[in-house]
Amino acid sequence: MNAIEFDQVGKLYRLGQVGTGTLSHDLNRWWQTRILGREDPYLRVGETNDRARKGNSDFVWALRDISFNVAEGEVVGIIGKNGAGKSTLLKLLSCVTAPTTGEIRTRGRIASLLEVGTGFHQEMTGRENIFMNGTIMGMTRAEISSKLDAIVEFAGVERYLDTPVKRYSSGMTVRLGFAVAAFLEPEILVVDEVLAVGDAEFQKKAIGKMQDVSRGEGRTVLFVSHNMAAVRRLCQRGIVLENGQLSFDGVVHDAISRYLENTRVQTCFEGIDGSIDYAYLRKALVRPKYGSVILNSSPIVIELDFCLIQKIPSLVVGFNIFSQYIYPLARADYNDENHLSSLAPGSYHLVFEIPPYTFSGGSYSIRFDIAAKGIRRYSSERSWLTFTVSIGNDCFGNTFSENIPLKSSIIQGKWLKSIDVL
Amino acid sequence: MPTATNNGGWTKVIRPKKGLLDLGLKSLWRYRDLWYMYIRRDIVTFYKQTVLGPLWFLIQPVLTTAMYMFVFGGLAGISTDGAPQPLFYLSGVMLWNYFSDSFNVSSNVFINNASVFGKVYFPRLVVPLAGLTSNLIKMGIQLILFLLVYVGYLIAGVPLHVNATLLLFPFYVLLLAGHAMSWGLIVSSVTSKYRDLRFLVSFGLQLFMYATPVIYPLSVASGKFKFALELNPLTPIFEAFKYGCLGCGSFSVGGLLYSTIFMLVTLFLAVIVFNRVERNFMDTV
Repeated sequence: MNAIEFDQVGKLYRLGQVGTGTLSHDLNRWWQTRILGREDPYLRVGETNDRARKGNSDFVWALRDISFNVAEGEVVGIIGKNGAGKSTLLKLLSCVTAPTTGEIRTRGRIASLLEVGTGFHQEMTGRENIFMNGTIMGMTRAEISSKLDAIVEFAGVERYLDTPVKRYSSGMTVRLGFAVAAFLEPEILVVDEVLAVGDAEFQKKAIGKMQDVSRGEGRTVLFVSHNMAAVRRLCQRGIVLENGQLSFDGVVHDAISRYLENTRVQTCFEGIDGSIDYAYLRKALVRPKYGSVILNSSPIVIELDFCLIQKIPSLVVGFNIFSQYIYPLARADYNDENHLSSLAPGSYHLVFEIPPYTFSGGSYSIRFDIAAKGIRRYSSERSWLTFTVSIGNDCFGNTFSENIPLKSSIIQGKWLKSIDVL
Repeated sequence: MPTATNNGGWTKVIRPKKGLLDLGLKSLWRYRDLWYMYIRRDIVTFYKQTVLGPLWFLIQPVLTTAMYMFVFGGLAGISTDGAPQPLFYLSGVMLWNYFSDSFNVSSNVFINNASVFGKVYFPRLVVPLAGLTSNLIKMGIQLILFLLVYVGYLIAGVPLHVNATLLLFPFYVLLLAGHAMSWGLIVSSVTSKYRDLRFLVSFGLQLFMYATPVIYPLSVASGKFKFALELNPLTPIFEAFKYGCLGCGSFSVGGLLYSTIFMLVTLFLAVIVFNRVERNFMDTV
């Protein structure tokens, strides 16, 4: 039996036509365009104002012709780049806004966690906020009372229960918000990126709770995340959205591969990634030390050019290497061995070299970080690189694949010292 | 906003359009605990971190009454139809505060709650209804003040001509709440798109007070001014309340009937407009 059905659902947004925000502007626009026949004076610069495309340019389909069914008890991950329509889809499902076309049918109570702790008021105590948030999500006060102890225990805020939430750390607030939602016991749970906040321990707890909800209690879960590791752990099925359209629907491994295929692949970045007032990355590249193909038998060189404009007290410059499925594998920094905490303003060129036979065959990505530790990160995803390690002719090597449990390894060490015949 | 039509065993079917009269009043009842929590939140957050707490509910009408006594009673010399000035102004201020506070709550419902409305669905009408109720509590506190002054005058032997029409007081409050909510909802539906109307509205509300017999009795007006004042659906309510407890003013069955019908019609229209706007207001706010 299906718990959710999307039938040809579309959501149309109007660009530059939503209303200028004031009545006088709207009246002026109406006067200028309809009566005088001139161009819209409020069409913002940068939006398509092409005569040839005038007919289509005012509208954009945030979602178009989305049809899929979710069976009861299924856990579906929805993945896609920013702006692909994931949040719009969840908003439609949560009734926050109405679709333009199509129909959505659902069976059972829906709880949507587009945010944790909706309706929390800073001046109210933890206890009062549990009730406030719970009733907003559709619980009755009696229901909340009966689950209060479990909620408080899950959130780990017993001591602060009667303290105003404004005294809470941000982590505590998030835990409390998630705890309320976790005990909502809906038939359908819709979760949007809530796991991006909170510490590692809480994330583990939250994912564990969602697994319980879906497996143990047979509930339907729709999960939107950029965290591929979490999607892979939680979901059996994945739906990929691209530019508002459904581009893939199937087994979660394939969905993730499909999504990653479409993320920009670059082995070299040149440009400015960061803040031109503080620090920015200018150039980054990954290449084999010899030849043009990265073989597992050759050293891999990662080069990084960056500029420091101002002195940053706790400077972070380094990178993470991720597996194809966005597992963090390794981390390297400019100060790994030299114990520096910062560098003088200026331009720098860093060279890292990964010894041969470190990685198995497969695809990897590199994410650079230029940051003031704990304060601000300057670099962004623009400078991320991707590289592929191929197996050379001189050895067998392993291929890394998370689908094949046997003879699959991420790191390939040359640990064998000798083979003796006894 | 969800079209909660039960077809084919589905709990909820979300469609682009819904019926004009599909107001979702049933789901409103299901969310009565949320209504309670919103009232509680209003009250709790009002007390916290204020030195005087609920005393603020009293200071404002006392000072306003004193100022009216000085300006309108003293300087301008406008009649209070023989009723003691403090009681006359206090009764007007009390009712007017309830109306204007309730109107403000309803008219800002989208703008003040955009962040919550953008994340979770619940019947949006819960919020203005809760606002009307917490304002009722505020008015209750002011009513105690009014009664104290009233009893003071009785002890001092001033004749106050209280009569049986005062028993309709709950009905007057209901009428005021209905007017405040229906106008507020219509304004909120428009201001969710046009923010600048908010200035017009807050200014208009101030002017509207002078078009209502709050600080003067209807009897000081005559001719076409009187007729214009009688068109104001709030006029019979203020007049009738003052008639009931102070013996001044007028009790007009026709006027109250007009006010009631006016209220019911606008409320009906307001709820329809509000329900249409709430479906897509997240895209325009």
